[in-house]
Amino acid sequence: MLNVKVLGSGCANCKRLEQRVQKVLADHGLEGEVEKVTDYGAMMRWNILKTPGLVVDDVLVASGRIPNEDEIVGWLTK
Amino acid sequence: MAQSLPSPAQAQRSADTRAWLIVSGVTVLWLIAYNSVKPLADWLTFALLGLAPGSRLGDAVAFFLYDVPKILLLLTGMIFAISTLRTFFSAERVRQTLGGKREGVGNVIGAGLGVLTPFCSCSAVPLFIGFVKAGVPLGVTFSFLIAAPMVDGVALALLLGLFGWQLAGLYVVSGMTIAIVAGLIIGRMNMERHVEDFVWEIRGGDGAVAEEQYTWTRRFAEAWEQVREIVGKVWPYVVIGIAIGAGIHGFVPEDALAGIMGKEAWWSVPAGVILGVPLYSNVAGVIPVVDALMAKGAAMGTMLAFMMSVVALSLPELIILRRVLKPRLIATFVGIVATGIMLVGYLFNLVI
Repeated sequence: MLNVKVLGSGCANCKRLEQRVQKVLADHGLEGEVEKVTDYGAMMRWNILKTPGLVVDDVLVASGRIPNEDEIVGWLTK
Repeated sequence: MAQSLPSPAQAQRSADTRAWLIVSGVTVLWLIAYNSVKPLADWLTFALLGLAPGSRLGDAVAFFLYDVPKILLLLTGMIFAISTLRTFFSAERVRQTLGGKREGVGNVIGAGLGVLTPFCSCSAVPLFIGFVKAGVPLGVTFSFLIAAPMVDGVALALLLGLFGWQLAGLYVVSGMTIAIVAGLIIGRMNMERHVEDFVWEIRGGDGAVAEEQYTWTRRFAEAWEQVREIVGKVWPYVVIGIAIGAGIHGFVPEDALAGIMGKEAWWSVPAGVILGVPLYSNVAGVIPVVDALMAKGAAMGTMLAFMMSVVALSLPELIILRRVLKPRLIATFVGIVATGIMLVGYLFNLVI
């Protein structure tokens, strides 16, 4: 099962990214759990500079922006 | 047939050409629209609504109908241009650049890059941690963090549109100076131990995303996304701010405010700075009101200080920064920036 983490303190962009990930999972019938990482100490494990960050199976794939659905599909179905 | 299929590089080039054509076409339309705002507003007010030129209501309505579309157009154009420019500056590259810099030069470059690197206040903490962990001096990090909100696209577009380029330039130069000097002072105070301890204990993995590939198509698309997001958020404030400004413009007598906001009222500078702190994020609504107040006798330095306080000392950002800064450092940061803003206010009240 996929493990997706959304790194962010709970700002508007972080919530939008989480919703988009949920939507992609649902649209493509993918099994996955979405975790929210709101603790700064924890999210800095991925050395991000800007939120929101997106981590798929422990690998950081994007940060500082909200990727579009196609990109997210690409990362989740790899 | 192999040769009938365009290669990916060729396809990208033609997509980029198309993107440039669209942007150029829209720019022409923008210029036409921008230049027809004034005649259109006058026609609407005086011909269609039949208000008398020179009457109070007529002046207020013409002012409103002229300023709202003008400012919204400027905002759109400005945010698009700045956002396109900003796609060339990634936070990762800024960190690399600043990592090896000493104080002094570092503060200047830090403040400059703060203007060119976008980040929302929710990213202030990761940026702060990432910078200091990478060896960017504390003072340089502060120069960056102070300059970024101070010289932002929304404020700049409104200042340009309402006050002209001279005052907008003055604002940028004083904002940058405050960011550089405040960073230098904080750097000299050796306050590293007033950064929350957990920051120094974080063991960051080397998980940074590889440099993203940018095509012109993508730069423009991202800039347009920014325009939609930012203009979509601030336009109600712009309209309300200009409506209040139009009311002041038409109905408040000349020089009515000179007594409480004029040069002689020395206390109005610190009062403006304090008033600015809770008005964060509403700079789009504040600037049109400031414009109208200045026409009625409010002093320029006082108003400049007030606007800077609105953008540079925002309550939510201070609360967010408290996560990584101990109270002493937060207080120092606020104290130095507030003092700098007040000095700018007094200086311009004295000189102009």
